[in-house]
Amino acid sequence: MNQVRFNHLLGLEGLSRAAITEILDSAEAFLEVLDRPIRQVPSLRGVSVANLFFEPSTRTRISFELAEKRLSAEVTNFAASGSSISKGETMLDTVQNIEAMKIDVVVIRHFAQGAPHFLAERISAAVINAGDGSHEHPTQGLLDIMTMRRKVGNLEGLKVLILGDIAHSRVARSNIWGLLTMGAEVMLCGPGTLIPREIEDMNVDVTNDLDEGLAWCDVVNVLRLQIERQREGLLPSLREYQRSFGLSKSRLEKAGGEKIVMHPGPMNRGVEIDSDVADSPASVILQQVTHGVAVRMAVLYLISGGERVIE
Amino acid sequence: MQLNNNIILPKGWRAFTTEKLAIRGARMIDPSIGLDLQADLIIQDGTIKHIGEIPDGWDGENVDAKGLIACPGLFDMHVHLREPGYEHKETIQTGCIAAAVGGFTGVAPMPNTNPALDNPGLINFVRERALGFPVDVHPIAAVTVGRRGQSLTEIGELFDDGVTTFSDDGSPVASAELMRRALEYTRMFDVVISEHCEEPSLTAKGVMHEGAVSTRLGLPGWPSIGEEIAIERNIRLAEFTGGRIHIAHISTAGSVEIVRQAKARGVNVTAEVTPHHLTLDCTILEGFNSDYKVNPPLRTLDDIEALIEGLTDGTIDAIATDHAPHAPDEKEVEFINTPFGMIGLETALGVIHTRLVLAGKLSLQRMIEVMTSAPRRIMHLPAAEIKVNSPVNITLFNPDEKWMVDRELMYSKGKNTPYHGWELTGRPCGIINRGVAWIRKG
Repeated sequence: MNQVRFNHLLGLEGLSRAAITEILDSAEAFLEVLDRPIRQVPSLRGVSVANLFFEPSTRTRISFELAEKRLSAEVTNFAASGSSISKGETMLDTVQNIEAMKIDVVVIRHFAQGAPHFLAERISAAVINAGDGSHEHPTQGLLDIMTMRRKVGNLEGLKVLILGDIAHSRVARSNIWGLLTMGAEVMLCGPGTLIPREIEDMNVDVTNDLDEGLAWCDVVNVLRLQIERQREGLLPSLREYQRSFGLSKSRLEKAGGEKIVMHPGPMNRGVEIDSDVADSPASVILQQVTHGVAVRMAVLYLISGGERVIE
Repeated sequence: MQLNNNIILPKGWRAFTTEKLAIRGARMIDPSIGLDLQADLIIQDGTIKHIGEIPDGWDGENVDAKGLIACPGLFDMHVHLREPGYEHKETIQTGCIAAAVGGFTGVAPMPNTNPALDNPGLINFVRERALGFPVDVHPIAAVTVGRRGQSLTEIGELFDDGVTTFSDDGSPVASAELMRRALEYTRMFDVVISEHCEEPSLTAKGVMHEGAVSTRLGLPGWPSIGEEIAIERNIRLAEFTGGRIHIAHISTAGSVEIVRQAKARGVNVTAEVTPHHLTLDCTILEGFNSDYKVNPPLRTLDDIEALIEGLTDGTIDAIATDHAPHAPDEKEVEFINTPFGMIGLETALGVIHTRLVLAGKLSLQRMIEVMTSAPRRIMHLPAAEIKVNSPVNITLFNPDEKWMVDRELMYSKGKNTPYHGWELTGRPCGIINRGVAWIRKG
């Protein structure tokens, strides 16, 4: 049934169009399961999954946990705040301990870029990256792409504007890789201090003018602005950020046409996005959350072998 | 001239005294005196007595060196031997053995130990720990007390005690005022300040070269200008004060150009480059392998080209390894949390010979010059020359020997080599120094 085999899901960089398509198609099937009265299938019965969260997260963790439970997997949660080193135990120690308890799949969220890659080289369990520092967040990228595909049908030639703090965003990177692979076009918009100098090497366009970006795009994916960027001296003030890069109803109207508005959450209402945009019919923000569970079910299912058909 | 029987030699190596020793049939190259000759070399009581043919009735020890090159002993002016304070990473003894296996007859360890090497007592402790090895250990002393960048060390007393080079190494002298005073003060003595040039406010979080690759990986960047601004500042201060500055591990094309222009203006500046900055670029970091994390970071192919050009045209004076051993469990953590540094003593000659000399980018003579006489000259240490009546200080290497770098076979306590699995051509076979010859069999 499945043409593509996944050992790990570390990022969307380098993932083929066929692989992404297969994940999305499978996610469509699971989305249908989520609408059933009994929202559980036995696909991962007997498979043990550990959720390792080395960085605080609410929605990604809950989304993975729900996906695992709906696939009937055995779920173990591990949360470590702060640096693993500060406890005198390395991340490798932690994970080797967990592996000694016979885990099949590790879902890892970590503050350090490359942490999932480090694990994947050293343990036999399958590794799913649930966000590594400012590197990648592949399941978020996939759920964003799934949401766009469901809205427009064909991603080829779709114009996607990613708005905000590109420099520190794993969501931006995963979106860029996945969207380009699927044939979409990507433009980035944000202040000069939050757009890396050589990002254009990734085959994207860059603008500092939100009106220009909005006039061009079909979809605008608004990133969360971490409030500490102001303290770090990267922004003069949140007020000025909102003035130049906040997505408001008037700006969307000025751009004209139908736009799809997305946000990975959690939102800073009134900073990067206004409430009358976030809650408008153009917004697909809550659909993204639903699709997140379906995409994570698909990834877990495919990575665990994917032989058992959905009943 | 006694052999120290307490020292365990590297596996497959033999020790000889130099009371009566003949090195037979090597090609002897010493660019500093224009020597390039295949001949026999007679050593008596630690001194070169004859270059030519073995005299009749010779009854001393013999080392068959046909097919080998004999050059002045290699000297590495930038290493970290970690003692005192970090003996789990390296000790002076393991560092000396690694140096010997790498063909080095002399090394200059940096003072970023714990406590920092900032007084004669600690300097002499390091020297004493190296006794018995055929490796000269010339410690570099801190510029400021405790390397804290606040007050100058007792440079005059350290100079009287034989220290010729000062550095705060990994903690560059941040205050321009203090660097000015250090250069003014050191001018009174025949010493040099070797400076790790990094503007800390630009590199605070950086873990790799800032550019397209760091952008893709989402890793905080360490931009080229973080080095270039510091080099420019230090060169201007040296020019203004008349002091002497040495640029440690230069890594960018822009830095090479700044040094080139400064030399043209007559500034008293020298520079060194590492084998890794000459051979590895930042795309190698794509797998987040912490063995490639180093400070300054690996740069781009354009930078490598400029560094090789600078080495060839004399802008860069010397090759130094910045040998920086770490314990394996320190490197086996998340990339952003691993310490910077790579080991280099045991691979330097093989890497430079294979990737630069055999690739036609650097002459054999220039390689020998920048790894032997140039660093000693910068540090104002006695020359190691292959001539009659000079104390013997020689490295032997086989330019044709192919070998595979294997981290498990390293003598350094650090296994953090970026060259694991590389096949190299050219390998050290022995060193003769301090009245002792260590020769690898076969």
